[in-house]
Amino acid sequence: MTGESLAFYGLAFMLVGASILAVSVRNVFHAAMYLILALFAVAGYFVLLNAEFLAAVQVLIYVGAVAVLVIFAVMLTTRLTDARVRAHNEQVGAGLVVAVAMFLAIVMAMWSTSWPISDAAPAVDNVRTLGRMLMTRFVLPFEIASVLLLAAMIGAIVIAAKETGPPQSEEST
Amino acid sequence: MTLYQYLALATLVFCIGLFGVLTRRNAVAVLIAIELMFNSVNLLLVAFTRYISPDGLVGQLFAVFIIVIAAAETTVGMAIVLLVYRGFRGIQVDRIGFLKW
Amino acid sequence: MELAPVVDLVRDAVTGFLQSLGLPAFVIDMVLALISASLIAGFMAVLALAFVWVERKVSAHIQNRLGPMRVGWHGVLQTLADALKLLQKEDIRPAAADRWIWWWAPAVSFIAVFAAFIAVPFGEGLVVRDFNIGVIYIVAITTFGVISMLMAGWGSNNKYSLLGGFRSAAQVVSYEVPMILAILSVVMVAGSLSMMSIVQAQEGTMLGFIPNWFIFRHFPFGLIAFIVFMIAGTAETNRTPFDLPEAESELVAGFATEYSGMKYAMFYLAEYSAMYVMAAMGTVLFLGGWHGPFLPSWLWFAAKTVLLVCVLIWFRWTFPRLRVDQLMELSWKFLIPVAFINLLAVGLWSVL
Repeated sequence: MTGESLAFYGLAFMLVGASILAVSVRNVFHAAMYLILALFAVAGYFVLLNAEFLAAVQVLIYVGAVAVLVIFAVMLTTRLTDARVRAHNEQVGAGLVVAVAMFLAIVMAMWSTSWPISDAAPAVDNVRTLGRMLMTRFVLPFEIASVLLLAAMIGAIVIAAKETGPPQSEEST
Repeated sequence: MTLYQYLALATLVFCIGLFGVLTRRNAVAVLIAIELMFNSVNLLLVAFTRYISPDGLVGQLFAVFIIVIAAAETTVGMAIVLLVYRGFRGIQVDRIGFLKW
Repeated sequence: MELAPVVDLVRDAVTGFLQSLGLPAFVIDMVLALISASLIAGFMAVLALAFVWVERKVSAHIQNRLGPMRVGWHGVLQTLADALKLLQKEDIRPAAADRWIWWWAPAVSFIAVFAAFIAVPFGEGLVVRDFNIGVIYIVAITTFGVISMLMAGWGSNNKYSLLGGFRSAAQVVSYEVPMILAILSVVMVAGSLSMMSIVQAQEGTMLGFIPNWFIFRHFPFGLIAFIVFMIAGTAETNRTPFDLPEAESELVAGFATEYSGMKYAMFYLAEYSAMYVMAAMGTVLFLGGWHGPFLPSWLWFAAKTVLLVCVLIWFRWTFPRLRVDQLMELSWKFLIPVAFINLLAVGLWSVL
């Protein structure tokens, strides 16, 4: 029982437990909280897998921005009657079967492949290597990603903005 | 910890997310399950980087791009959910089938 | 009188003792981590008490009065008395509040700030863990504090709390961008994200007498980055002039309306500690960290950080409050373009 396996199984418990709760609880705000727990578990895994920069980016962007966005959406679209509405549709059985079948299929495919596991030493300075790759080999996806973010930002603002029609006749009073 | 354990874990989380996407009625809950699927894929990619090519960090870079795209997708998705809520006062996905024939 | 050798001595002694008990390596690491965490938590508590007293005295003198004078010498024990009072207050829970979310919000707020103390270098070699992504780690952890405001706002089942939570979250998220851009200008020049490396890159002097701090380098862009960072840092910690979400005359206490006793104290402990973390980051990034002649390094760090905290307190009692739309406009329409242009200018300066 090394420290690494203790960390792996502890984080696995947290991740799987939080995921199962996130897809089954009725209260969507609680589901968002469990999602945040799952995101932290994944960030913990990134640290365990020598990807500290990615772990920091995961917390910064996923927990700090995407989860906040999800929580805002939950707060703005919840109604009091939601507590009595069914959380799952009538295809729960079929969904469970499909999920389990998919799990078995993918795991069997993965376990029968022989992966070329390498013994090379991990890169010491993640940030420098990632930065260099972003600016040399992957500069086109980088630029396209920034344009995508701009488009998403403008699109979201336009979609969700309140309708401001022609001014009402307040001046007549 | 071998690669196979990470593969099994990531696939498990992916399938839990899949179950959520297929069965949840609240649109925001569906988006939460989609986030779980994105995260499982990220975990898988970083596990591959660590075990198969630890010095070339292409997998981690791919994970960064997935995070970026997931953020953009969640933004637009939430905006659409807000718009639908404003029109129909409810976001149960099995009741918003107005455009079906 | 450097503290680092003393800390190393204590740590080696404890490690030796634990190894003689025959524990596996990772258990020893966990015990050491627990000890460091408790020391940091104790330090945080004492710090918050001290800063509340400093704030009351500074605000009093700015307003031409004396502040607490009776409890201890010049009111030094006043905060301790207030903490004891808050401890024995009744802990009221609103009946319709979402129980677990309401309960966890102050804890999450505390955890977010507490975890940030791990990467702060209090002196030469006095850092709990020098991450090689230290700066981003601190920014990411303080971002996590937004969740606690949303949880408090929603869990209280109170319209004022909800509005306060929304506004706080929107404010913090908006001011992160200029803060990160200002930090990026420094990181670009220092070439590393680790806090210790950034401090070590500010050694020595330019022209013989000006210290090689980032606030003086690449003049005036270091100064502009510092100003943007201080403004964004003030907004990040919900301090006046950006404290509309929790202003007493506006939204009762914003997201903390339904909290009483120790939970309320927890939010304010977290706020003062966050103020300290912002000041510590400003010191490390712009004011040369623990560099300075004659005095030991931890004393210089403490002096510079306390100076920045006093500047933050000075802001609170001098400037009027900004309205929510003015606040957002300041961030998105002024600070972000200025920070971007600053980043571009520093980049060009480094290259040319």
